[in-house]
Amino acid sequence: MQRIRLRYTKRGRLRFTSHRDFQRAFERALRRAEVPMAYSAGFTPHPKVSYANAAPTGVASEAEYLEIALTEPRDPEKLRVLLDESLPPGLDVIDAVEAHTSGLADRLDASVWQLRLDGVEPAEAQRAVDAFLAAETVEVRRTTKNGVRTFDARAAVTQLALVPPEASSQDAADPLAPVEPSVEQSADRPGRGSCAILRLVVRHLTPAVRPDDVLSGLRATADLAPPVPAAVTRLAQGPLDEETGTVTDPFAPDRDAASAVLSTAAGQSVATVPGGPA
Amino acid sequence: MPVESVFPRLEALLPHVQKPIQYVGGELNSTVKDWDACDVRWSLMYPDAYEVGLPNQGVMILYEVLNEREGVLAERTYSVWPDLEALMREHGVPQFTVDAHRPVRAFDVFGVSFSTELGYTNLLTALDLSGIPLEARDRTLDDPIVLAGGHAAFNPEPIADFIDAAVIGDGEQAVLEITDVVRGWKAEGRPGGRDELLLRLAKTGGVYVPKFYDVEYLPDGRIARVVPNASGVPWRVSKHTVMDLDEWPYPKQPLVPLAETVHERMSVEIFRGCTRGCRFCQAGMITRPVRERTITGIGEMVDKGLKATGFEEVGLLSLSSADHSEIGDIAKGLADRYEDDKIGLSLPSTRVDAFNIDLANELTRNGRRSGLTFAPEGGSERIRKVINKMVSEEDLIRTVATAYGNGWRQVKLYFMCGLPTETDDDVLQIADMATKVIAKGREVSNSNDIRCTVSIGGFVPKPHTPFQWAPQLSAEETDARLEKLRDKIRGDKKYGRSIGFRYHDGKPGIVEGLLSRGDRRIGAVIRAVYEDGGRFDGWREHFSYDRWMECAEKVLPRYGVDVDWYTTRERTYEEVLPWDHLDSGLDKDWLWEDWQDALDETEVEDCRWTPCFDCGVCPQMDTHIQIGPTGKKLLPLTVVK
Repeated sequence: MQRIRLRYTKRGRLRFTSHRDFQRAFERALRRAEVPMAYSAGFTPHPKVSYANAAPTGVASEAEYLEIALTEPRDPEKLRVLLDESLPPGLDVIDAVEAHTSGLADRLDASVWQLRLDGVEPAEAQRAVDAFLAAETVEVRRTTKNGVRTFDARAAVTQLALVPPEASSQDAADPLAPVEPSVEQSADRPGRGSCAILRLVVRHLTPAVRPDDVLSGLRATADLAPPVPAAVTRLAQGPLDEETGTVTDPFAPDRDAASAVLSTAAGQSVATVPGGPA
Repeated sequence: MPVESVFPRLEALLPHVQKPIQYVGGELNSTVKDWDACDVRWSLMYPDAYEVGLPNQGVMILYEVLNEREGVLAERTYSVWPDLEALMREHGVPQFTVDAHRPVRAFDVFGVSFSTELGYTNLLTALDLSGIPLEARDRTLDDPIVLAGGHAAFNPEPIADFIDAAVIGDGEQAVLEITDVVRGWKAEGRPGGRDELLLRLAKTGGVYVPKFYDVEYLPDGRIARVVPNASGVPWRVSKHTVMDLDEWPYPKQPLVPLAETVHERMSVEIFRGCTRGCRFCQAGMITRPVRERTITGIGEMVDKGLKATGFEEVGLLSLSSADHSEIGDIAKGLADRYEDDKIGLSLPSTRVDAFNIDLANELTRNGRRSGLTFAPEGGSERIRKVINKMVSEEDLIRTVATAYGNGWRQVKLYFMCGLPTETDDDVLQIADMATKVIAKGREVSNSNDIRCTVSIGGFVPKPHTPFQWAPQLSAEETDARLEKLRDKIRGDKKYGRSIGFRYHDGKPGIVEGLLSRGDRRIGAVIRAVYEDGGRFDGWREHFSYDRWMECAEKVLPRYGVDVDWYTTRERTYEEVLPWDHLDSGLDKDWLWEDWQDALDETEVEDCRWTPCFDCGVCPQMDTHIQIGPTGKKLLPLTVVK
């Protein structure tokens, strides 16, 4: 049984896809792409897919991860292209590796988030950021299924900074760019004019601190109240490099292991090179 | 001029509403065409929530048929929930299509498909949110033609004030014919304005334009006559009938939503029409004659559809799917073909007399063996003769015995309450039937662990059926009868705990009855209910009986009629019915005879297997029965490895 790990996105208007919605869409894409899926045993067999740490509904993402189990080996890159074509634009499969290590989910230590606050002056946002960072703890409340919970939103945040608008790339790779730029002009978003863009690194702790909790924290510490809902995007997810404070590629160990396998296999007559029909 | 997308403005509202995914579109197999490259543009609406509307086959078929045409564009729109409606009003965002988020008012035609009358208030919400005047007479060249279709459109009179036109029958060819008329009128520079376009449509004989018909009333409130008021407009408007379903294999590319919807499967309509002749069934009466899709046509649609969607279930749709002349070979062929793919097959419901165990086994071969559903509809032999549901208790007991004997543990039985001539005793016999089912089931399965669920709906007399003259049972009497039945089932010490009982109270049926057999005077009631906040009347949590009754009491006295007059009153042979000028092909005298036969408890057979009974449809509509068997088999598909 081969396991393949995929990185996918939720872009543009499809960021409103809930995790359950995505699961159904993905399993149908697997069928359309005729991927030789391994199925769970039992009365109602399900294709073996493990999802890790899905972004909340309404939040865009460039870095969602999952793992699938196959009954026949496939070339990860060919499989990626096939699945990408099978999913609607916006739900894009952008990276694939064969799993050579265990514990992908455990490697997702932290996320990099970008928050675009339309209608907020950068200076005002900067003051809020400074206040938030200066605080030891920032108590926030969130309504959950079990009632209102109060917890600290500060400790999980390892970085929080204002980025200049031009730094948040406005080219085709812009994660916030709408799916159909011709039809859906993001320039028409309400509150055009002033705009503040925050980037933050949040450690995955329990209870999980989400971008909207940080926004609540900014409101609590500095009365920052964006006039329209923030456009939130997860830019990256992976191991947190404590020294640089950056989030690194969670597929790196698999890639390293794959090249190690290849270099050992290169000297042998029969190489188990991936690349079967995809 | 390109029409601007409202999405940027809508997007800001979406974080504040439930299930925003339903408003963003982007479904697999959806289509966005270039606005300027098209000269006829349709917005198609199913007037209920997205989760109900998206899987609707009618809208899906027309969407694809229209979009396949060069220069024609169709987009879809659904009812928005009250949370988004409030925000849209606050922020001035109009009713939009989910495909390219264009405002509905910018299209040429706004087509609304009514499966049920309970969508009427949602039509008004959508019109108002679109900025289209609620009443047709206030519309200008800036407004689309508001066109009703679907089964409820066979009596469009209650919404005559709000629609410009209605089409009855199959839509596939009708929408293309209408497109041609609109295109011609636009190309000529829209001569004569809206009226000229509507007149051209009316003159085709297949589009009903209410404004070209005057309704005259008698002093007692009944209709005196309905008269065309423009020259060239036909006295009666004909329904449309598509012949040769294999020529119309739609939907070819079914929409696959991201949001969760009520039906998520590859549905194939295996035949259209039904001549079993159940007298309560409007669908069976207005979709005649039976036209089967061939076994090979079905096989091809399933194959292409599964590839296009990735669905894990195939639904074989029709009004009575086990009646397809080759249903056994279809089920076996599909089960063989998809044995390794974990694809299940389903039939919406099965007639007791058409059920056979081989078919049931094929249907459950690749999937779960959950429950079986049968619809005897009436509890007593006598009432089943009245409604012409020719199923004997013997048939039923034999069928359930086979089912329980073959491993099924659950049988669901559907009945109706309030049928013409019904007494308490007819309904109480439902309990006897259920106990016999359980007794037999325990005997053949050697187990006490079996169940039978009895599910009861209130009967609503519908236009174009033999029961169109029948008095509807009042809500109070319906409730009282159902309570007696409930007590009888619960009181049964031996079998009661194995019988589930599900029923609805009689109130929603009265509103449905008011709307389904209503005339133009009901329009003001619908408007009053809408203005008082009435929405989503098909949803228990939104429906308000009291609001409907209060509004009816405000509006109807000025006409000297009331809700009872429309619902519980029996009509006579002479009475002009509000829908008489809409021609379903059924001969009114035949319907009356069938009504008399019902009162005499006389049954009528199915014309597929016996000589014609002269219901009138085939000669009137120039159609004929199309059924197999073709003798062909479904070939296994070659597997590409």
